[in-house]
Amino acid sequence: MQLFLPIADIPVNIFLILAMGAAVGFVSGMFGIGGGFLMTPLLIFIGISPGVAVASVSSHIAASSFSGALSYWRRRAIDPALAGVLLGGGIVGTFCGVWLFTLLRKVGQLDLMIALSYVVLLTGVGGLMFWEGARALLRARRGDMLPTRRARAQGWILGLPMKMRFKRSKIYLSVLPIVGVGLIIGFLGAIMGIGGGFLLVPIMIYVLRIPTATVIGTSMVLTLVTMMIATVLHATTNHLVDAVLALVLMVGGVIGAQFGARAGQRIRNEHLRLLLGLLILAVGIRFAVQLVIQPQELYSIREVGSGG
Amino acid sequence: MMNPVRNAFAAIAVLTATTSIAHSEKLIVSVSNHRVTVTPNYSGEELVLFGSVERDAKSLPERAEYDIVVTVSGPRSDMVTRRKERKLGIWVNTDSREFVQAPAYLGIFSNRPINDIASADVQRRQQLGLDNVLLPQRIGPDVANVVASDPFRFAFMRLRTEDRLYREQSGAVTFLTPTLFRTGIPLPAEVPIGTYNVDIKLLAGGILIAKTDTAFEIVKVGFEQFVANSARRHGLLYGLATALMALMTGWLASIVFRRD
Repeated sequence: MQLFLPIADIPVNIFLILAMGAAVGFVSGMFGIGGGFLMTPLLIFIGISPGVAVASVSSHIAASSFSGALSYWRRRAIDPALAGVLLGGGIVGTFCGVWLFTLLRKVGQLDLMIALSYVVLLTGVGGLMFWEGARALLRARRGDMLPTRRARAQGWILGLPMKMRFKRSKIYLSVLPIVGVGLIIGFLGAIMGIGGGFLLVPIMIYVLRIPTATVIGTSMVLTLVTMMIATVLHATTNHLVDAVLALVLMVGGVIGAQFGARAGQRIRNEHLRLLLGLLILAVGIRFAVQLVIQPQELYSIREVGSGG
Repeated sequence: MMNPVRNAFAAIAVLTATTSIAHSEKLIVSVSNHRVTVTPNYSGEELVLFGSVERDAKSLPERAEYDIVVTVSGPRSDMVTRRKERKLGIWVNTDSREFVQAPAYLGIFSNRPINDIASADVQRRQQLGLDNVLLPQRIGPDVANVVASDPFRFAFMRLRTEDRLYREQSGAVTFLTPTLFRTGIPLPAEVPIGTYNVDIKLLAGGILIAKTDTAFEIVKVGFEQFVANSARRHGLLYGLATALMALMTGWLASIVFRRD
């Protein structure tokens, strides 16, 4: 069944979009991530312009992270204080991101910037996760005991001023690195159309050494708020949010996420990290190949200043 | 003494000029639909243009072979064509050209190849065919038309043609009788909304003898129009509504699939 998208201005197959939403939702439910890094490239692949894709996916991620955050809230797995501090940075970062997005769109380098950030981030993070997961798996196979990591922040982070006590997470940490992390995630999210969960969760666990129990729920709150702001900002500055596309994606996404979450619970933790690492790495490499290999089409056309 | 003679010649010249216009054929045309509406299941449309060559008593009888060139041009906007080049090992957009007020859709339909209809000179003057349509480029502070072989213009035409937004179909116009003709105007779903001008030129023996124009519009109606308009005019409200919709969907999902 064809559906005409009012902002993207192209007809799409509604079942294809639903299926894409469900597939990405499955992955996101399985790994506890937003899935924007998969959704945005998929939408671009089916012919939706990168601008509309990034802008519309932000509202889709807001929906899935809200449904996730609600269930974490019921389990008291969200640290409101920590979320608040993260948001302080996240909101500023999102504003900067949307500003840069608008600027790059004007100079015609938006596609390049999106592709470059994907390559650097995804190959980096994916590679690390894959490596870490593979090592853990090998160790488990050899029968070694997994060295239980003692939660302690890196030395230089402990030395920072403006410390604050986060009761629910049971940590005592400077607000500076937390605001900084929020800033980076908000910024990248607005530019790349990603929630940044796949970045934020590892940073919070391995760099800030925040106990895992509150990490995922709290990161979802940050994702939710930055993506809501990104949606509103993209809608006001670039007029690129396609609400119809977003709604179809949301419906598919939240359904897929439920099945994904169930599937995820049946897979061992190391396998899960290995798989996610592979997935992220694969998307990153795909973008890298695209940049390095001579494109079939050297020319591109973009409309400018058509009065709206 | 030469003056009256010259005046007489001038008078005759004026007379023949006016009579040749008075003699010439008139074109009467109509499109099958002047208002194409975009609905949620819109997937392009094909319009039909009908036309008739009205001959009056003074029309030259030997003009039996008429040629028709129909040019349909969609809403205009400035478009940038960019070219990728390898920089530091990766392919980036470098050089670019801005085409000023280029039509979003351009369809040229004729009854036979344009090269057979008129000489290159007439083609250029009457802008017949994709190669002869004016497509001004902004070069620095100046705006100038460029030749068809310009690489950016060539690439622009090629891309638009691949996207089925620009097309030249010789043989699309068919004569039902020697004076009655029709052509299809295929509009793929990707064409933007707006006003489309249809320009019809009648030629005979390689010379333009009549022309007329008409128009149709593509409009979004109902829900499509509502969404597009609110996104454009009330960006903030639209954004807030979308964000709210996201919250509602998320909340509903957490209720429906609640397991605890």
